[in-house]
Amino acid sequence: MIDIIISLLLLLGTFFILSGSLGILRFPDVYTRLHAATKAATLGVAGVLLGSFLYLLFDQGIVSGKLLLGIVFVLITAPISGHMISRAAYNSGVELWDKTKRDHLKNESK
Amino acid sequence: MAIQIIFNLLIAVMWMFLSETYTVLSFFIGLFIGMGLLFFLRRFVPDIFYVVRLYRIIKLNLIFLRELILSSVSIVALAYKPKLDIEPGIFALPIELKSSWEIALLGNLISLTPGTLSVAVADDNSKIYIHAMDLPDVEASITEIKETFEKAIMEVTR
Repeated sequence: MIDIIISLLLLLGTFFILSGSLGILRFPDVYTRLHAATKAATLGVAGVLLGSFLYLLFDQGIVSGKLLLGIVFVLITAPISGHMISRAAYNSGVELWDKTKRDHLKNESK
Repeated sequence: MAIQIIFNLLIAVMWMFLSETYTVLSFFIGLFIGMGLLFFLRRFVPDIFYVVRLYRIIKLNLIFLRELILSSVSIVALAYKPKLDIEPGIFALPIELKSSWEIALLGNLISLTPGTLSVAVADDNSKIYIHAMDLPDVEASITEIKETFEKAIMEVTR
């Protein structure tokens, strides 16, 4: 039973990472790519870490706090890096995609 | 809140000494007794009962988790879609939160919710600029974020 849960978590995690990478390749501009990088990858990494935590816990009898802390740190840092990269991109004048509808930030002083 | 937690821990330790059993179990029994005492004496203790606040923090975390899973699923669905028929855009979200760590928390939550990514914060902390993956209706997106996240954060910090 627990084997199935562990495998499911690992498979789902890798699936999300793979899809995130595919999204990074396919999306048109840096901002939409960051969507893929921050969200899907975060959940993917969390799933893989949780799967390995459960494996160590039930198979080896080790409670690995590092893996849980890893999840927390990824959850905290991924959106921050996304924010910083997008802000840096905007401030250095990276173009938005042609089909972008609105840009409320355009007329603001930065 | 901090003073209530310290009180509660003190009561728990005192309970261990009173019952002379130094185990984790008796510590937790003391913790629960302290919680009960603080609950019945809440009129005389400053601030609201801290378990309520703890519950709100947990609620915020659960909202966060739900949104993270939803957003990942939607982004994955977009990644496999053969044709990209999305309308991205940047919109301004007016915020009522004041302190910088509240805004940082809100920015983080926004970045991990479906289709939104915080791009910049206005200099006077009155607005967050958000890049949205698919933005058919600005007003709807603004009210959604305000209703779920800003409210939940305010419940925790105020």
